[in-house]
Amino acid sequence: MVYLTRKAEFSASHLYHNPAFTPEENRRVFGKCNNPHGHGHNYTLEVTVKGEVDPRSGFVVDLKQLKEVMHREVLDAMDHRFLNKEVPEFLHQIPTTENIAIAIWQRLFTKLERAQLHRVRVYETPDLFVDFYGEA
Amino acid sequence: MKAHLSRRYLFSASHRLHSDAMSDEENQSTYGKCNNPHGHGHNYIIEITLSGQVDSQTGMVCNLADLDAFIEKEVLARFGHENLNTMKEFAQEVPTTENLCIRIYEIVQRGFRQAHLERVRLEETMMNSFEYAG
Repeated sequence: MVYLTRKAEFSASHLYHNPAFTPEENRRVFGKCNNPHGHGHNYTLEVTVKGEVDPRSGFVVDLKQLKEVMHREVLDAMDHRFLNKEVPEFLHQIPTTENIAIAIWQRLFTKLERAQLHRVRVYETPDLFVDFYGEA
Repeated sequence: MKAHLSRRYLFSASHRLHSDAMSDEENQSTYGKCNNPHGHGHNYIIEITLSGQVDSQTGMVCNLADLDAFIEKEVLARFGHENLNTMKEFAQEVPTTENLCIRIYEIVQRGFRQAHLERVRLEETMMNSFEYAG
């Protein structure tokens, strides 16, 4: 088994707000992230796939295909977007780094051809990142 | 759904690697430059990884502001800009980054209950890092 990781970057804005909370609760729980006009990050995405090395190509996965899927499913949808307003998963769910990693996993999971998705890592900043392995 | 959250923090401290159980020659041959009697310092980077179910109300594994406040008080304020050899934590053992990594793991595991502690990774320099998972 060999693991292969491909990186990508996207920039997006978001805010943390739960309509079930009072304004005070939202501010207490989410702090500055509750600013109603949103704020932005340069996200780094790391997608790790795993598989056996194909004896003919020497590849775990066709990197071109992986790159295309990441672009189509993730970057086209999230890059330079206001996540709360423009990405369907986040119309009713808070776009925390945790939920972004889960959403990206779900977008990629069924679209990969040969290799198996192992991990989605999303860096919100160099000092904060979330890993999702598809665990329930 | 279960996710893993990692957060990185920086602090600076000095130490000297020296074991009372060894002769001066043995200390010198074991620890090399790190045995310099006046000590030396590092910019340490701590990477804390926590896991847990993503809360449906907050979208979070744990509240980041609470984690930051805990680490600031219990780790950064405690070890930052200290000479590790003078601290009670290292009265009986050599303040190697291995031992420091274990101490930090114990502090977080005992004191921060909002999520499961997966591991502590401690970077002593860009070239050296240590991990402890209990």
